[in-house]
Amino acid sequence: MFDQYLARRYRTTVRPSKEDYLIKDNVAIVGIGATEFSKNSGRSEIQMVCEAIKDAVDDAGLNMEDIDGMVRFTMDYTDEMHIASSLGIPNLTYFGECGWGGGASCATVMHAAAAVAAGVANCVVCYRGMNERSGQRYGRAPGAEQVLTAPNDHFGSIMPYGFATPPSWVAMFARRYIHEFGATPEQLGWVSVVCREYACMNPKAMFYGRPITLQDYMEARMIVEPLRLYDCCVDTDGAVAMILTTAERAKDLKQRPAYIMGATQGIATQGEMMTSYYRPRISGLPEAWYAGQELWRVTGVTPKDVDVAQFYDAFTPLIPMQLEEYGFCDVGEGVAFCEGGDRIRLGGEIPCNTSGGHLSEAYIHGMNLIAEAVRQIRGTSTAQVKDVELSLVTGGLGVPTSAVLLRR
Amino acid sequence: MMEYVPGIPLLRPYIDLDNQGFWEGVKQHKLVFQKCQDCGLFVHRPRPMCPRCLSTEKEWVSSEGRGKVYSWVNFVYANAAYPGIKVPYPVVVVEMVEGVRMISNLYDVNPEDVYIGMPVEVVFDDIADDLTLPKFKRSEA
Repeated sequence: MFDQYLARRYRTTVRPSKEDYLIKDNVAIVGIGATEFSKNSGRSEIQMVCEAIKDAVDDAGLNMEDIDGMVRFTMDYTDEMHIASSLGIPNLTYFGECGWGGGASCATVMHAAAAVAAGVANCVVCYRGMNERSGQRYGRAPGAEQVLTAPNDHFGSIMPYGFATPPSWVAMFARRYIHEFGATPEQLGWVSVVCREYACMNPKAMFYGRPITLQDYMEARMIVEPLRLYDCCVDTDGAVAMILTTAERAKDLKQRPAYIMGATQGIATQGEMMTSYYRPRISGLPEAWYAGQELWRVTGVTPKDVDVAQFYDAFTPLIPMQLEEYGFCDVGEGVAFCEGGDRIRLGGEIPCNTSGGHLSEAYIHGMNLIAEAVRQIRGTSTAQVKDVELSLVTGGLGVPTSAVLLRR
Repeated sequence: MMEYVPGIPLLRPYIDLDNQGFWEGVKQHKLVFQKCQDCGLFVHRPRPMCPRCLSTEKEWVSSEGRGKVYSWVNFVYANAAYPGIKVPYPVVVVEMVEGVRMISNLYDVNPEDVYIGMPVEVVFDDIADDLTLPKFKRSEA
C-alpha cells in the first residue's frame, strides 16, 4: 500500500463526488491590488498590505466594510487583527491561514473560496506582503549568531551541513532532473529568457527594460551548482491582495469576474519543506501532480483546454517540471518543451508567466502570479493572450502546493 | 575538506524523542537507522511510526555505512551559502545500501570530482567538542 502511494497512486474512489464541489463557478475573484515592486519599500509590511487591500477594494468597486473574511500566509509577518484595525474593517466572520511558504498562494484562494461557497463569509481578502529584499532575503542563510540549535527536526537535519538556502534545495532536485533526462543549461536558460521578455512588456516588473539573452544566462555567475544567477527569482519588497465573493454578487461589481472553476491543494507522502529527497523519484514534484489531478477531476477540464498559465517559478527548473506534472507534456519532456521558448511565448501552446513571473516581475510568494492570472481573464495583461477562457495559476513547489483554475 | 569560518557557529541538530537514537549513534561514531521491528522497513529521517505498517515498535540498526551519491549540489556563491562554511562546498544526498537516503557533506573530495553514482562511505567529522557530523568519503566499490 505505502509503496503504491510512493509511486503516486491517485485514489479517486475516496474523493468526494464532483457534484459536492461547491466552489466551481460559484465564487469569483473580483478585485486585485498591489503596491509597487521594489528593492526597498521604505515602509512596513503591514502598511504595504493595507495599501494593497485598499487597492483591491477600489478595483472591485466594494467598500472596506464589505470585507468580512481574510486568509493569510502562515509565513506572513502581518495578521488579520492588526490589518482589520488599520483598515477600519468593522468585523471579520472568517479568518484562517495557509502554510508552507509560497505553497500557500493558491491555497489562500481555495480557503477563501470554500468560505464563500459555504456561506460563512461574503467578501474574503487573500494577501501577502513582504520586505523580502530590504529585510531578510530568503535567498540568504539565516544568521546563526543568536541561534545555536536549529528550530526543528527538519532544519536540524540540513543546516549543520551548510545546506541552508532555497536555491540549493531546488538545485538538488534539478541535478537529478538534469541527470535523468539529459537536460542542458541552455534548455533551462530559455525559461529565464522568455520570462524576462514578458517582464520587458510589463512596466511594473522589477526587470522592465532589462532584457537578457541566452548568452547572458550562460555567462552569469553560478549561485549553487547547477543553478545560475538567472535561474533564481528576484528578491522583492511589495504586497499583493485580492478579493473573492459570490458569483452572484460579482455580476454587479466593477470588473469582469474571474470565476473559480477549481482550487486545490496537494501534499504527497514522504514530503519535506523543500527537501523531499526520500522518494523513489525526485526529478518531479508529486505535490503538483496531486494538485493537478484533483484540479482536472473537479473541473472536468484537461490541460489542452487551458489558454494561459502562471507556474510558480522561484527557480527555472520548476516550470518544465510543472509542465510535466500538470500534464502539458510527458515526464522528462519539460525542458525540451521550453527550448527555444516559442511554445511558452505568446502564440505558443501554453504561454507561461506572462507578467515576467517570479523570475523577472517580482517575487511576492505566488500572489503576483494569481493577479496576472486574473488580468488574463479580464483582458488587461501587458502580454495579453487572445480570447482567454481558462487561466491556470499554481503555488509554491518543493513544498505542499496548491493550484487555481480561473474561467471567464 | 570543508573549511569552517572561526567565530560563526554552526547550527546544531535539533534532537528530539524520535531522532535521538540517530544522533546518539553519531556521537559514538556509529551510523544507525530506524528500522521497523514488525515489517523491517528502514526509515530515514526518523518517524514516530512505520509509514508502511503503522507499528511503533522500532529499533536502531547499525548501517553498513556505504552508499552512492544520489544527487548533489555545490555551494559556490558565498551569499547563497551558509556563512560559517567557506565556499565552495558540496552537499550530497547519499542513497545507502539499506535503501534510505540521507543529506550530508563530502569529506576530502574535490567538488569537480563528484558525480551521481559515486560510491561513498561514512566518516565522522568531530567539528567541535559538542558537534560530530556523519560525512562521506569516496570509497572503492
